[in-house]
Amino acid sequence: MNIWDWSYVWDAFPYLYRGAIVTVQATLIGFGVALILGLAIALVRQSSNRIVSTATTEVVEFIRSTPLLLQVFFVYYVGPQFGIVISAWGVGIGVLGIHYAAYCSEVYRAGIENVEGGQWEASVALNLSRIRTWRKIILPQAIPPIVPGLGNYFIGMFKDTPILAAIAILEMLQQAKNFGSNNYRYIEAITMAGAFYLVFSLVASAMVHAVSIWLNRRYHLQ
Amino acid sequence: MIEHNVRLGKMMTRSKVLDHLIRDKDNVSIAMTQPMVRFENVTKRYGALTVLDGLNLDIARNEKVSIIGPSGSGKTTVLRMLMTLEQINGGVIWVDGEPLTHMNKHGQLVPASERHLRRVRAKIGMVFQHFNLFPHLTALQNCIEAPVSVLGLSRQEAEARGAELLDMVGLGDKKNHYPIQLSGGQKQRVAIARALAMRPKVMLFDEVTSALDPELVGEVLNVIRTLGTEHDLTMLMVTHQMAFAKEFSDRVCFFHGGKIAEQGTPDQLFGDPQNERTKQFLSAVLEAR
Repeated sequence: MNIWDWSYVWDAFPYLYRGAIVTVQATLIGFGVALILGLAIALVRQSSNRIVSTATTEVVEFIRSTPLLLQVFFVYYVGPQFGIVISAWGVGIGVLGIHYAAYCSEVYRAGIENVEGGQWEASVALNLSRIRTWRKIILPQAIPPIVPGLGNYFIGMFKDTPILAAIAILEMLQQAKNFGSNNYRYIEAITMAGAFYLVFSLVASAMVHAVSIWLNRRYHLQ
Repeated sequence: MIEHNVRLGKMMTRSKVLDHLIRDKDNVSIAMTQPMVRFENVTKRYGALTVLDGLNLDIARNEKVSIIGPSGSGKTTVLRMLMTLEQINGGVIWVDGEPLTHMNKHGQLVPASERHLRRVRAKIGMVFQHFNLFPHLTALQNCIEAPVSVLGLSRQEAEARGAELLDMVGLGDKKNHYPIQLSGGQKQRVAIARALAMRPKVMLFDEVTSALDPELVGEVLNVIRTLGTEHDLTMLMVTHQMAFAKEFSDRVCFFHGGKIAEQGTPDQLFGDPQNERTKQFLSAVLEAR
C-alpha cells in the first residue's frame, strides 16, 4: 500500500469541491456581517450616552471572552428551548459574523481613535453634521490604515470555519473527513484540504494587501 | 438665580428687537452699536481648575481684537468656547444679538440644543494652530465640502467660490494639491480659505502662525491683513506675534489667570501698560526676541 495514492486524490476531489464552496461562502458572508456589524458596534461605542457605550463594551467583552464553539452550540442547541429555531447554516454564519464583529469593532475603534482630534474640531468649526463628519471626514481616514488588521480577522475567520462541522454543516474539512472514513483512507483528503486552506489564505492575504494599498492611495494617506 | 433668568429674558427680548432692526436697512446704524460677540460672565472649569473666571468681553462689529498672555491664561479657551468646541460652566455667550450657548424657551434661557448651536455657530469660522486640514481631500475639496453639505451650494457654485478664495490667498495654482504636498504656510492659507468659504461674520484665529517655520509666518499674516482691510469681518485672534497684534488690532486684551488683566488700544497696551503683569509679560516677550 502506497503512502500517497493519486487515485484517491481524484476520488476525493468532488467532496472537497462541495466543501470548499461551503467554506468560502460561509467566510465571505460571515465576514461581510462582521465588517458591517463591527463598524456599527464601534460607532455605538463612541456614543456620548454612557449607558449605551458601556453596555456595548460589555457585550463585546463577553463575546470575545467565550469560545466560538460554545456560542455556536448555545444558539443552535439551547436556542430552540426558547423557541429560537434557526437553520444550521443561519446559526453558523450568524454566530461567526457576530463573533468576529466583536473583534473587528476593536480594530475599527483603534482606527477611529487614531484620527486626530483636530479633524473633529475642524468639522465642528465648519458646521458639518455628525453623520457627514463620520462619513466624509473620519471614516475615510480611519479605515484605510486598519485594513491589514481587518484582513487578519478575515483569514482567522476562514480558518475557524471547520467549527461549523459541529452543527452538521458539511464544510471542507468535514467533507475530507467523511471521504476518509468512507474509504478508510485519510491522508490524501486531509492533505488536500490543508493545501486548499493554505492557498486560500495566501490569496486572501495578497488581496488584503492590494485593498490596503488601493485605499491608502485613494485617500492619499501616505 | 431667578432674577438672573429674568434679566437674561429681558436681554433676549431686546436682542430680538435689534435682530429685526438689523434686517431693516434704514436702521443699520442702530444694529452697529450692538456687539457682534458678547461674553457675559462666562466661566469655564476643567475639574477643580477654573480656566476662565467670570469673563465679560464685548467685541464690536468688524472690530479686530488680539488676545495675548502667558500660556495657561485661558486665551485659547476663549476662542474654543466661542466656536462651541468647549462647553461653558456659567454665563452666556452672545453672537450677533443671539445667545449662542443658550436658547430662549418660554422667556428663559436654557442650554442650547445641537440644532440651535449649528444655526448660530454658522456665523463663526475658525483657523487652528495645527491647520486641521482634511488630509484626504485636495485644497479645493477642503474648501467645498462644507459649503455643499451645510450651505447647500451646488458643486459648481462651491467650486467657483472655493477657487476664488484660494486665488485670494495666493494658492489658485495649488487647488488640486493635497495637504501633504503643501508647506505649512500654504496649509494655513488653505485653512483660512476653507473657513471663509462658509461666509462667517466672525473669524477666530488660534495661534495660527505658531506651528510655522519663521520664514512662512509672513505669508499667512499678509493674508490676514488683507482680510482685515478688505472684508467686513469681526476678527478675534490669539497670537504671540506682538508686532502684528500692535499693527493690526483695534484692541488688545492681556489675559492673566483666567481674567482680562488689562485691555486697550495697541498704543496704550504696548506703549504704556498699567498692570504690573502686563509689564512683566511684555518685557519677557520683548527680551526673547
